[in-house]
Order: sequence, then structure tokens, then C-alpha cells
Amino acid sequence: MSIMKDSREATMVGHRSDGATVRRPLSPHLQVYDMLQMSSALSISHRITGVIWAIGLVFLVWWLVAAAAGPAAFAAAQWFFSSFLGVVLLLGLTAAAWYHTLNGVRHLAWDVGWGYDIPTMYRTGWAVLIGTAALTVLTWIVLLVAFF
Amino acid sequence: MANELAERTTLRSPLGRVRGLGSSQSGVHHWWLMRVTSVALLPLSVWLVFALAGLAGASHAEALAFIGRPFNAVLLLAFLAAAFHHTAYGVQVIIEDYVRAEWGRIGGILAVKGLCVLLWLAASLAVLRIALLRPPAAL
Repeated sequence: MSIMKDSREATMVGHRSDGATVRRPLSPHLQVYDMLQMSSALSISHRITGVIWAIGLVFLVWWLVAAAAGPAAFAAAQWFFSSFLGVVLLLGLTAAAWYHTLNGVRHLAWDVGWGYDIPTMYRTGWAVLIGTAALTVLTWIVLLVAFF
Repeated sequence: MANELAERTTLRSPLGRVRGLGSSQSGVHHWWLMRVTSVALLPLSVWLVFALAGLAGASHAEALAFIGRPFNAVLLLAFLAAAFHHTAYGVQVIIEDYVRAEWGRIGGILAVKGLCVLLWLAASLAVLRIALLRPPAAL
């Protein structure tokens, strides 16, 4: 590896498995990457929505355990989920769940080597955002039809 | 052979490199299982989200009938297993990325994994209890 000309290159030093140093872009580095461009914004969103899904799982466990525990516990859970806070939480959770699912498909496509070029990356990024909005609306139409 | 040894810049043996298990001794096991569970979760989450949306405002009896139906109970158990596995592995990566101190990193990962196992068991027990303890006639 040649002598570094720019201090930012320090964030790009990786090692091959034989120990040789190579220049390689490492994980998003806040001082190198513009976090407002689509590539990095969708990347960190995948991680954030994954954490939201994890929190959402706790509420799913509560709902299932309450159903098994009896009518009183189940009524308490249903009361929470139909309260203002519960509805806001479920709405956010629905959007996060669909985003993480759709962007997960994008990640699987990358894993098989498809879609790395910039135009395709932007196209699939927009597809994920539009798909998230469409599926969130569809889910809530199903939910509202079932509720009323 | 002598030349090859002179060009090597690492003490790792060629056999060690080709096995590819790396410093963690587990190779791509963690990475691969994230993919396996994500593929499993793809159809399961789509089913679960719409199934739960369809249960909005359901009475206790309706919820028990839904969970207790064998088809739904099996898919729920499969979802819970894949989801908590995926969550434990995913949060582990986040902790490894952001927590610098070793005690915090290892402690955090163990805590998250323990929590995931307990929540998974609690939810699975709830599904099994509803599916097994109610006679089919009551559904």
C-alpha cells in the first residue's frame, strides 16, 4: 500500500486474510460519509427498524401471554393496543416491519451479487420506500376493516 | 517452497486460511444463519402482519380460536423461533459494532441472548398452552 495522501484514507485500511494491508471502504464512518444520501440513510434505517422490530416482538409476546393467561389479562392488552399510545406504536411498528422486510430482500439480492451499481441501488432504494408506504397503508386498511 | 514461505506475510498456515474459520473460530456461521432466518422470516412475517391486522378488535374467544388453530399455531411457533434467533444475532452485531469495552460487549450480548431465549420460551409456551389445553370442540 502506498503512502497515504489524505487522512481520510486511514478509515479505509483493511487486511486481507494473508495479512497484507489493502485499501477498502470500511463500515460507514460519520466523518467520511454523508449520512443524508440515500445509500447510507437507508443502511442505518435498516438497523434502526431492526431494533424497532425487536421491541415490537416484546409486545407480541405480551399479547400471546395475555391471551393464554385469561380474559382479564387479554382485556388489559387489548385496551393498551387500542389506546392512542398503542395505535401510534402499532403504526410505527407496521412501517418499521415492512421497511426491514423489504430492505432485507434488497440485502439478500446484494448477498447474491445483484444490484450493486449506483442506478440500480437508487431504484431499489425508492422501491423499498414506496413499497413500505404502500404495504403500511394496505395493512391498516385490513386492520380498520377488521376493527369496524 | 522456500520462496513461498518467504512471500508469506502472516503466521497463519495455508490450512488455517482455507478453513476460513478466522479469529472467532466460527467462520461465516453467524452471517449465514442471519440469512437463513431472514429467508424463513420473509413469508412468516408477511403472514403474521396481515393475520394480526385481521384480528384487530378481536374478542378473547376469537383470539384463542385463531392462535389455537393448528395451522396458525405451527406458523406462530416457527415465526417466534426464527424471529428471536434473528433478533438475538442482529442485536449482537449492533453491540459488537458500538460497544467498545469488552465487559460491556460480552455482558450486553449475553443479556440480549438470555432475554431473547426467555421471551421466545414464554411466547411459545403461551401458544402451546392455547393450542393444546383447549379441546377442538371448544374452538
